[in-house]
Amino acid sequence: MLGDSAIKAINLTKRYGPILAVDHINFEVKYGEVFGFLGPNGAGKTTTIKMLTTVTRPTEGTALVGGYDIVKQPAKVRESIGVVPQDFTSDEDLTGWENLMMIAGLYGIPKREAKERATELLDLVELSHAADRKVETYSGGMRRRLEIAMGLINRPRILFLDEPTLGLDAQTRAAIWSYVFRLKEQLGTTIFVTTHYLEEADQYCDRIAIIDHGKILAIGTPRDLKKVVGGDVVILQVAGNPETAVKVLQNIDGLSDVRIVEGFIRFKVSDGSRAAPLIFDVLSKAGVRVTSIAIKEPSMDEVFMEYTGHSLRDEWGSREEAMAMRRIVRTARR
Amino acid sequence: MTMASNPLHGLWTLTDRELKKWYKAPVVLIVTLIQPIVWLAFFGKSMNMASIFTNGSVNIPGLNIPKQIIDQIAQAYLKSTFGTTDYFSFLAASMVAQITFFTAMNSGMSIVWDRRLGVLDKLLTTPVPRGSIIMGKVLNSVLRSLAQATIVLIIATLLGMKFNTSLTPLGFALSIVGVYAALTLLALGFSALYLTLALRSTNWQSQMAIINLLNMPLMFASNSFYPIKMMPWWLRPIAYINPLTYVNDVTRGLLLGISTFSVPMDFLYLAVFAIAFSAIGIVLSWRFLSEG
Repeated sequence: MLGDSAIKAINLTKRYGPILAVDHINFEVKYGEVFGFLGPNGAGKTTTIKMLTTVTRPTEGTALVGGYDIVKQPAKVRESIGVVPQDFTSDEDLTGWENLMMIAGLYGIPKREAKERATELLDLVELSHAADRKVETYSGGMRRRLEIAMGLINRPRILFLDEPTLGLDAQTRAAIWSYVFRLKEQLGTTIFVTTHYLEEADQYCDRIAIIDHGKILAIGTPRDLKKVVGGDVVILQVAGNPETAVKVLQNIDGLSDVRIVEGFIRFKVSDGSRAAPLIFDVLSKAGVRVTSIAIKEPSMDEVFMEYTGHSLRDEWGSREEAMAMRRIVRTARR
Repeated sequence: MTMASNPLHGLWTLTDRELKKWYKAPVVLIVTLIQPIVWLAFFGKSMNMASIFTNGSVNIPGLNIPKQIIDQIAQAYLKSTFGTTDYFSFLAASMVAQITFFTAMNSGMSIVWDRRLGVLDKLLTTPVPRGSIIMGKVLNSVLRSLAQATIVLIIATLLGMKFNTSLTPLGFALSIVGVYAALTLLALGFSALYLTLALRSTNWQSQMAIINLLNMPLMFASNSFYPIKMMPWWLRPIAYINPLTYVNDVTRGLLLGISTFSVPMDFLYLAVFAIAFSAIGIVLSWRFLSEG
């Protein structure tokens, strides 16, 4: 019954009007794995989670979650998963305790056991002191932690976390990841998490899928993905026209993938610190003055740029655009 | 993990959630009671039909009618129009249906809020049957309506509502049970109707607009304030299909002893209304509660 994989997406597709939010994606998540979905806002992360958790029906394709088909056996899927959606979903008019007990009731957990679990979970997410306060009095971090407790009340084998750390301060983010990690270690819970925080994906995920514009561009362990970038990334700034510099650099052996990204010249080289003097030399002979240089070991950001051709940070920076995109999607849903 | 087979699973959990919000916030209860009490105390006590004829004296030149005769004529006309000379009791009886109707209308709003606040997203990921999400709200609205109707009935009695004097204490108790049964059916039907209208809505303003659009017409196109026979011919068909008419007929029939139709027929109509809209609500919630 368990099958080999916790999640298996087969040509999973979602279309909102003219927008292809998720475009025929295929991937597998093994049991006990922390699997990260990394991509900018509007890339299709949340839509994927909504389909996998049976909130939204796929337009095409399907997925097996816990061995059950999300289209044909949604009730079975719902019983075996826990979900922490991106938006707050607790009832503000009720207390934290009442929220937990309500969700427990919806999973058909007997009262006595529900009380035990609720006590335990509130302790885990450090909310015992606020259990009898109305949720509307909670801070953002407290609400997020309550959401996680609510997602765990049915002891799910597979837990879905949609941007669990969005908008939280660094300390709370670290705390939430430590809860997630504890779940994995102690209960062997499979965790599917979406994030746009590169460091988080790098640090906590066993494997990562990079998604952009509804397509999966790469899947692998953070280490494997970084290896693909190959060597160091060098970023140069030059006085004058960068085009000239690019032409010169393209003729140097060992340099690859030379291009201009947002006014900076970016290229890859196996050992950046050794190559730097040579590069200075060649450029100055060609009459190009280097104004700044940065040599970086590949980070997830480099990985992301490698596959998508743009930086995730910049994408995130243009919040306006992301919000506009969301509005479009929402309108299309109506 | 074997509870998904029970279609009623989670229903009470969801009803309880809604009820908690209400009995923990008595302000909501008080506010919803204001409207029928205003009708009763302000309108019902001032719009005293009997006093139109009996208060003061009429002087028509050339005619000298003794006041006693005028009073008798007035009584006879009131009796033939309203079935009773006591207009206040006539109006008060319709207020219990009114409060039920108002409560049911507002249940549509709660699903809009659940959608906007994200609660619905969470509910949809749990194994609770989709029909229970709607029926939990319907049930909440029914229980709330009955509690509020009770309060309205008590206030009306304090303000001078008079019940059918021929009722024995047991008969009175059974009549009250009958009225509650009718109110239950009314609340079932109307809250299911309004919730169904709100299934896909994320916009509480449009929901408010729907409520206000239906509120007044349904109130006035019923026998709440005046008998149907006083209405122009084009308004009567609406009054005849309006479930409020039948609940009022039950309440007046059982509590005041004045019924235009027959009480069993009223119940039949209300049962059909309640079952039809609940069924439509449950079926459509499976189809439309989720996105796309």
